[in-house]
Amino acid sequence: MAISPAYARPRTVDSGFTCGACRRTFPMAQAAGSLYVCPACGHHSRISAHERVRQLADKGTFQEWDPDLVGRDRLGFVDTKAYVDRLAEARQRQQLPDAILTGAASICGHPVGLASFDFGFLGGSLSTAVGERLARAIERSAAELRPFVCVTSSGGARMQEGVFSLMQMAKSVAALHQLAEAHVPFISILADPTMGGSIASFAALGDVILAEPKAMIGFTGARVITQATYEQLPAGFQTSEFHHARGLIDQVVDRRQLREVLGRLLAVLGPSAAEDAGRPA
Amino acid sequence: MSSPDLGGAAAGDAAQAAWAHVEVSRHPDRPYSLDLVQRCLDDFIELHGDRQGGDDAAVVIGLARLGGQPLAVVANQKGRTLEERGKRNFGMAHPEGYRKAQRLFTLAGRLKLPVVSFIDTPGAYPGVAAEERGQAWAIAQTLEAQLALPTPYLAVVIGEGGSGGALATLLADSVLVLEHAFLSVASPEAAAAILFRDAGRKQQAAAALRLEAANLLEWGIADEIVPEPPGGAHTDWDETARLLRPRLEARLLELTSRGFDPARRRERYRRLDGLFSA
Repeated sequence: MAISPAYARPRTVDSGFTCGACRRTFPMAQAAGSLYVCPACGHHSRISAHERVRQLADKGTFQEWDPDLVGRDRLGFVDTKAYVDRLAEARQRQQLPDAILTGAASICGHPVGLASFDFGFLGGSLSTAVGERLARAIERSAAELRPFVCVTSSGGARMQEGVFSLMQMAKSVAALHQLAEAHVPFISILADPTMGGSIASFAALGDVILAEPKAMIGFTGARVITQATYEQLPAGFQTSEFHHARGLIDQVVDRRQLREVLGRLLAVLGPSAAEDAGRPA
Repeated sequence: MSSPDLGGAAAGDAAQAAWAHVEVSRHPDRPYSLDLVQRCLDDFIELHGDRQGGDDAAVVIGLARLGGQPLAVVANQKGRTLEERGKRNFGMAHPEGYRKAQRLFTLAGRLKLPVVSFIDTPGAYPGVAAEERGQAWAIAQTLEAQLALPTPYLAVVIGEGGSGGALATLLADSVLVLEHAFLSVASPEAAAAILFRDAGRKQQAAAALRLEAANLLEWGIADEIVPEPPGGAHTDWDETARLLRPRLEARLLELTSRGFDPARRRERYRRLDGLFSA
């Protein structure tokens, strides 16, 4: 299948890839080889859903689910631009129907259901279509006893879908109930950023929760907190490491080790673990 | 389907109407949860604490009866006096508030009590301490607890229903909404800040979000709109309760008398947007 380029690329010039944190420039091939983690400072650049799948799935194993499933503009929403126009532009730019890519894959030889959010698509926000694709991926993973791996990179709700966006939190959690009933593990990976309705629903409910280094994770964004409360924000507020220190995240994992860590987790967890649990005692 | 023309007079009217709705829902004299619990339910007994070290006063839990039926009750609670507003944190819960709600759902499941929730919150508290103690995790776990609850569950939105904080006690088998209450993905101010980078355009955001109660009924998110006294609930608390109580009783009877199955609740929230065939 066609793999669209990482959207890390808009930051690049012909001469290479520039790290968004330390501003150093590297040859494109070197940046891709280090999975868009800066070879100098270790900064993890945001990557597209397609690039994430390319990095995690065993080569040639990804089979996309529900490629044609899209939502519609339920509210007739217009802010500074019509929502239908925003959607059309994002589809064109990101080569995705909406802000999530889902499918079957294997990781280090272990079959999984894999979901990957695309922050470049309207901030990875939760539309009805994103919620539906996510819920179907969860349910299909439960039915096929595939451990479900979801990499989230999402600002939270999609304002343009109003209360329908809010209800995707409920939809995703309802779907996760099926995964639990089937005793199929859910590995939730939090990438930069995982905020609002996404972390306050499915993303926080992983049996195992991993996060990339220095990802911003939290319910309310720092700017809003400061404006609402005038509070001083502690150092490292809402980073992966901040939540890990408070018992909310199991491990902070460098992207260059992520595939290997997943492989080890999957070797312990499933699918044989799920099949065993499905057998009567 | 018409998209609102933001410059037109009709759009201005829509913004004004939407904003008037929000203002009534936030009226300082509007009855809060305990005002309605006391008027609609019998023998309310408050319980305290999440049993994990906290007791968030922005969320009230307890036991009560309605038409002889014992119930578990969970409610967002705003304060009316300056002192009480501080204590109740304007109805905005910290993680301990959501864990307190979870404790109530657990208790209700064990004792086979139906649950009635009263929703009236601007949203989850946006503060440093709330984030440090896992605000998002607490909300997510509360969503999970609601969808696992094995007993009948009735929710009524009585004022503001702000974002994930409201959702934490909304995922019921039957959802009632008072005529001037609303449910929204974000407060109109927050939505305006995000969409227009200007919180001052809250009226326009309120109209664009179509957050009036009537829309919730049309979309199947609410099952019933409960009328308020002329002008709004703030004009007459007793009359508001007199209109609400029989609807709570009827809905509760409906839920407890038919063969009850919590899987139906999960199915409701799984298929809620009605856009996708199964």
